[in-house]
Amino acid sequence: MKFAVIVFPGSNCDQDMYHAVKEVIGEEGDLVWYQDSNLENYDAILLPGGFSYGDYLRSGAIAANSKIMEQIKLHAAKGKPVLGVCNGFQILTEAGLLPGALLRNKGLSFMCHQEEIIVENNETLFTSGYQVGEVLRLPIAHGEGNYFCDQETLRELEKHNQIVFTYRTNPNGSTANIAGIINRAGNVLGMMPHPERAVETLLGSNDGLLLFQSIIRNWRESYDATNARI
Amino acid sequence: MRKVTVFITLKQGVLDPQGNQVQESLQSLGYNVVQDVRIGKYIELLVEDGPDLEVRIQEMCDKLLVNPVMEDYYYEVKEDVHS
Repeated sequence: MKFAVIVFPGSNCDQDMYHAVKEVIGEEGDLVWYQDSNLENYDAILLPGGFSYGDYLRSGAIAANSKIMEQIKLHAAKGKPVLGVCNGFQILTEAGLLPGALLRNKGLSFMCHQEEIIVENNETLFTSGYQVGEVLRLPIAHGEGNYFCDQETLRELEKHNQIVFTYRTNPNGSTANIAGIINRAGNVLGMMPHPERAVETLLGSNDGLLLFQSIIRNWRESYDATNARI
Repeated sequence: MRKVTVFITLKQGVLDPQGNQVQESLQSLGYNVVQDVRIGKYIELLVEDGPDLEVRIQEMCDKLLVNPVMEDYYYEVKEDVHS
């Protein structure tokens, strides 16, 4: 399986993401500079954390309007996996690929520590390896991770089981404790916690490992199914 | 050329922790008359004039300058600016 880790000016978790898929998981992957916009040969797109364009205007806003987003939207429309972590999640909401927005943390401060994250939905290609209710220890590192949406959107998210991760203890004021959501089609996931920073016990937790393994397992199954039909 | 000023405010109901903090700070300075503080953005644009000026301003706001999920905006088109 071939992953593209998109690098914007100001991305800073790109190397961690690349390390997770390439070295730890052992799959193919490339760091793709945002101006190299041919993503056709990739099976999954990873939008890493950081401060793309210095968080100018609003976090993720400038990246969401860059040329490569057209390719990413096309990739998403084909049903291929897109994962946005932290700034990647902010970019996905700004691009309209996920509903809602990420606001300034309720307590104003930038937070960088490990949180307990509850798996709410394991019927996704990203979380099928987990159990519902399972508690993951994943790091968060953000100043603007306060998920906001209006009540109508929240009802829609709940109705279609789009809330994938919640915080056990809300650190940032997020609506309904939301830490991660998925689109209706089930192939675009955005989350504030960093699974790519939790893939080795040496670094405090490997609870994020199953997320990447789930993507790969589901991709292989659909790949095999497609080939079996041919 | 026209000078366009865009005023962006947080929607009602959207938490403004920054505004709350500034309100507290003002109150600690003795300004207890301050009942609420909301912080927004002000953007100045210098735009070539034309018949579709307003349409273009609205497009720019909708596409990039404003996030309608959390923000409201209004704009003013000011005097001719001669370059």
